Amino acid sequence: MMAFLTLLARNRLAMAGGIVLSLVILLVLLTPILPLADPDVTDTGNRFKPPFSEGALLGTDHLGRDLLSRLLWGTQLSLAVGFSAAIIAATLGAAIGIIAGFYGGRTDNIIMRGVDMLMAFPYILLALAIVAALGPGLFNALIAVAAVNVPFFARNIRGITVGIAHKEFVDAARLAGMSNARIILTEVLPNVIPVIIIAMSTTIGWMILETAGLSFLGLGSQPPQADLGSMLGEARSALITNPHTSIVPGVMILIIVMSINLLGDGVRDALDPRLKSGALSRPMAATMVKREAPAPTSEGKGLLEAQELQTQFHVKDRVYRAAGGVSLHVEKGECLGIIGESGSGKSVTALSVMGLVASPPGVITGGAVRYEGKDLIGVPYKQLRDMRGRNVAYIFQDPLATLHPLYRVGDQLIEAIRSHRPIGKEEGRAKAIELLEAVRIPNAAKRITDYPHEMSGGMRQRVGIAMALANDPDVIIADEPTTALDVTVQAQILALLDDLRKSRGLAIVFITHDFGVVAQLCDRVAVMYAGRIVEEGQTADILDNPRHPYTARLMACVPELGEGKRRLEAIPGLPPVVDKLPAGCAFADRCDKVQDACRQGDIPLERNGARAVRCLFPETPLKEAAE
Amino acid sequence: MSDALTLDNLSKTFPVGKSLFGAATASVKAVHPITLSVRKNETLGIVGESGCGKSTLARMLVGLLPPSTGSIQIEGAALNNADPADFGKRIQYVFQDPISSLNPRKTIRQIMEAPLKQLHGMVKPERDKRIAEIFASVNLREEFLERYPHEFSGGQAQRIGIARALAAKARILILDEPVSALDVSVQAQVLNLLADLKKEFDLTYLFISHDLAVVEAVSDRIAVLYFGSVVELGPAEVVFANPRHPYTKLLADSAPVVGRPLTAPEAKGTELPNPLDPPPGCAFAARCPHATDQCRTQIPVLEDTESGTQVACFYPLADT
Repeated sequence: MMAFLTLLARNRLAMAGGIVLSLVILLVLLTPILPLADPDVTDTGNRFKPPFSEGALLGTDHLGRDLLSRLLWGTQLSLAVGFSAAIIAATLGAAIGIIAGFYGGRTDNIIMRGVDMLMAFPYILLALAIVAALGPGLFNALIAVAAVNVPFFARNIRGITVGIAHKEFVDAARLAGMSNARIILTEVLPNVIPVIIIAMSTTIGWMILETAGLSFLGLGSQPPQADLGSMLGEARSALITNPHTSIVPGVMILIIVMSINLLGDGVRDALDPRLKSGALSRPMAATMVKREAPAPTSEGKGLLEAQELQTQFHVKDRVYRAAGGVSLHVEKGECLGIIGESGSGKSVTALSVMGLVASPPGVITGGAVRYEGKDLIGVPYKQLRDMRGRNVAYIFQDPLATLHPLYRVGDQLIEAIRSHRPIGKEEGRAKAIELLEAVRIPNAAKRITDYPHEMSGGMRQRVGIAMALANDPDVIIADEPTTALDVTVQAQILALLDDLRKSRGLAIVFITHDFGVVAQLCDRVAVMYAGRIVEEGQTADILDNPRHPYTARLMACVPELGEGKRRLEAIPGLPPVVDKLPAGCAFADRCDKVQDACRQGDIPLERNGARAVRCLFPETPLKEAAE
Repeated sequence: MSDALTLDNLSKTFPVGKSLFGAATASVKAVHPITLSVRKNETLGIVGESGCGKSTLARMLVGLLPPSTGSIQIEGAALNNADPADFGKRIQYVFQDPISSLNPRKTIRQIMEAPLKQLHGMVKPERDKRIAEIFASVNLREEFLERYPHEFSGGQAQRIGIARALAAKARILILDEPVSALDVSVQAQVLNLLADLKKEFDLTYLFISHDLAVVEAVSDRIAVLYFGSVVELGPAEVVFANPRHPYTKLLADSAPVVGRPLTAPEAKGTELPNPLDPPPGCAFAARCPHATDQCRTQIPVLEDTESGTQVACFYPLADT
């Protein structure tokens, strides 16, 4: 609740709207005790007195009634009707929407077709018809306005409910023996309420206008009772001769609706989870760079090299060190594996290479990324963009999310090529087919016209790989490319990557959490923990003889096929959160060999040839290994 | 040993497509009739790839989906399909995604109380005592009870999910990919916890997973599911070590294993058969290197082999 209010307060316009609306409401609440003239007493002798005249601050109307008094009483009535209509419409609409969305099937069909029919009429026509049937009068106008707005709520809420009704926690509630009514009230409703409030806050203003409209036509409040709409209606005939009678209620309607809409927008922005998570702040085209120290000098290692790369996420006043000084390199034709658990910084490291970490909140704060010796951190965006895909290409975990659902896969491939060099239609088609054949998609010529959803997961990932190959890159960074796939498909994709590496001399950086995959594909492997590399070396070396206790224990956690039923090794505890890293070794709290020295000061990555380990008390000392 | 859970001819067919008047124009058999029994205190592993029907099977077993044919018996007594509470007290479900199976707007205590209140009608002091007991056995601190689900890591949330399933006092738990959303180091913690709980509370598990190594490590027996049918069923130590069905062998060969060279065990495209137009014979025939005309026209049924497994294949593989 407090978070909501602070978010709301940050929106200045919404705050202004809120203040104005509060003032109006306060004024309206005080109306009964203010020393005002009776709003309904006519005094035709004093008709059309101008504003600021004696005894009538805002003047009088065509029957000599005091406008100020009528305005305040009228505003009170209009606000009351508007709010009641909104609450009635929201309650009814939400109830209909929740029932339709929750039960689905035929119930949903019948209810929603009924709602569709209501929506098919122009709203004012429908309201007029309702008032015509019930007879004029403010209460009937209220019913009409509420009824006209029910479909809007029903549709909105139904959509949200359908999503929630299929969530696993609803199934869980069912298994806990809850009845449908109880599930609706305790599981679904609390998750729908924010949406109801958002919908209400953006429609109240509209409903006040609608009520005023009906009163203006003489179908709402009946004389002599004043509301804003009827005041406007009565002033219509004197619009030219005595404009103040129209301007006074008109300005009030403007103030109310404007302030409600501003406040409503603010409420929506503060409540909507998508907006809260920063969907409105557009990420920059390349990760922000704020290097605190000059780039380290080139060591000339490998085709692609990261040196002490540091990437942080700055969220409010917290700093998450996602990559805390990572040094890596990969040679032409080599496959480097990066292994680690979620949150270890392996993906962030990989994305930092081409400046693909979303900014805000990502910031590269130190180190260098060198491609053929040239530092890429902080180069102009145009240059970086030119290198993306052409020199370094990416393959991501979920091909369904990375392919555009509305374009044919062939067109997406051609677009990938075209972003780097102009290509004709025929040539593009031929090239797309060639790429799909290169990733062994059967019937490539026919499948380029497929949409992503028409392909299986394995086929889609092949398209993802074809896309990465489109501009003949030298380095491919594959971020868990097989995690979402079935084992039989995974085996094929891995074999395909291995073939491509051999036939094209590709350098592959393969990010994974699976030791089996690393063992089969990678030449060298780096193990990451809490944003840093803790161990590095030749794959076989590390798998046979892990030096860092984390590597050793992580490997022991992984069950391997063919070992039968058994108790697994586990690492107690959780990895540290990277905004509160302990001094010294990040693994110390979970390590069974921990000593006091482990918690004091930074522990360097000690190197010996290809092998490196960041541990004071490794499983086997590094020196012995070299012998 | 007696049977804890018996499935008799259980199957599920989903209607697909709609004509103008709402009648289905086609149907998809997600689960072909399965007859299977799970012994008391056993862990039966079910493996299969996406689309093989393992989740549909699990949802039928806990009453979230009504079966199209067949029946479920628990400890010899038939389950009442109409009463969810009847299911809840005897068989419970642990979800794959630990976070989304917890209502984001309820505290953990509210979530834990639901089964105690609804299924067992416990009063407040009784409920508090029981929750404390359960939390102790899943190694969670009681201070977690007042927090909301988003404050927990995946591993902790999965423990809460398990605690909720235990609260219903069911003797059978359906574990639907309970560790596939977790990191390996946490995965082992949860698997070991499950093993301890099984001993402590005398439970029977149905462990569904796509990870062969995990299934092998936790199961007594394993059933391999392909295209909605059990194609092989046998003791855990035999099924993958000595596969009889060509599909089981393909699975076992595909799993990445340290020290085995990288070869694609299958060169052809490996898409499942189209469920709207299922093949007339063995569903695996199109991918099988040993398929004959008989395989393409007749459906094989589960039969005993000499190694103690059952296999649905006309030409089961010999010993390797």
